[in-house]
Amino acid sequence: MIFAWHFVAVAAVCMLVVWPLARARWPWRAPGTGILLWQALGLGWGLSVIGTALAVGLEPYGLGLLPGLARLGGDLTSGKLPAQVDIGRLGAVAAGLGVAAGLLGALASCVVDVVAARRRHRMLLALVAHQDPSAPGALVLDHPVAAAYCLPGIRSQVVVSAGALRLLDRSQLAAVLSHEQAHAREHHDLVVLPFIALRRALPRVGLVGDAVTAVSLLVEMCADDRALREHAARPLVAALLRFGAEGPLAPPRGALGAGEEVASRVLRLTDPRRRLPGLAKMLVIAVAALLVATPMSLFALPA
Amino acid sequence: MARRTVNRLGELERAVMEVLWEREAPATARDVARTLIARDLAYTTVMTVLDRLTKKGFVHRERTGRAWSYTAAASREAYITRLMLDALDDTGDRDAALVRFARSISSPEAEVLRGALADAGDRGEEPESKPGQG
Repeated sequence: MIFAWHFVAVAAVCMLVVWPLARARWPWRAPGTGILLWQALGLGWGLSVIGTALAVGLEPYGLGLLPGLARLGGDLTSGKLPAQVDIGRLGAVAAGLGVAAGLLGALASCVVDVVAARRRHRMLLALVAHQDPSAPGALVLDHPVAAAYCLPGIRSQVVVSAGALRLLDRSQLAAVLSHEQAHAREHHDLVVLPFIALRRALPRVGLVGDAVTAVSLLVEMCADDRALREHAARPLVAALLRFGAEGPLAPPRGALGAGEEVASRVLRLTDPRRRLPGLAKMLVIAVAALLVATPMSLFALPA
Repeated sequence: MARRTVNRLGELERAVMEVLWEREAPATARDVARTLIARDLAYTTVMTVLDRLTKKGFVHRERTGRAWSYTAAASREAYITRLMLDALDDTGDRDAALVRFARSISSPEAEVLRGALADAGDRGEEPESKPGQG
């Protein structure tokens, strides 16, 4: 039963940490490290929930999870189950495997949908977008509303609208393009995707929505930082504010409204004490490693 | 080599769509080839491109007499609008398909931010006002 309690403990820690972490400001000072912690929380939580059910179900074998699972498989095929492995134990194992299948299924369906949406988007871009010397490396859409985005993929494509070209001056546009190219280069879409999939699997769980919002924001901050390597903060901030002042679209959603999102990025870019100290970063990385390593080792270790 | 063929086809699809968008009336493959005469395309090439576009749903075709005539399924503007909606509508799982520069916020919020920035003594090339928005 020790195993099950370990898993329960990790799962509980993960859930207790999400709420304060979604509202914490220190990850803004080290967005890459913050993302790592979120990934560890997600993975650690998933493994622990699955592990709890499996540990309860496989306890009579006393073998640990993966060897126990293999033994159970063997016993089921040969039709000789030990007496202690009753219907309740089997139910627990089935629940654990069901959760695993559900999470992986949500991820797979999310990937399929995203790939289809991108494919359609790419086909339409090929028909109607054009290149423009004022936006090197990007495609331009003739539309008056300002938009700038990255269509991720094997060959990612940065797109800006004519509205954005009109809205931004040369240095601001360069900063925005650099921000979008950072998304493409660092495959930020792959960072966000698992969290979107988790939200699809658990649509009513507020904590998951908080995680999606927080990770999306951290990804933007990573791209901002990357753009700052080549551009001054000033044009990037100006571009953010100009975009922010645009349109009536997109009502606030989740823990962090759209207005707060832009505000947090602007304040961060104008704050000189931006970086988290190296020691603090290492501490966070250690916690993240622990959150993943604990359930993983419990899967592999014999009891 | 294969990629070059694909790119050329993509470019032709675009050219053919532009012909269909220009014309008010349905066009036959021969009409399209005639309009694209500068490209010196074989009639069969135009047929192939129209066929591909039909399969992708960008073009509708119907029989008139012995030839097929083709029309664009939607206007250029409609496609651009659809792309913009993809880009701007950040509800639900669409979040995952694209990565945007910034979500829109309301003007008052932006004004407050601008004010805060100006108060911080951060002057210079800050935009005085946003250009008119169509």
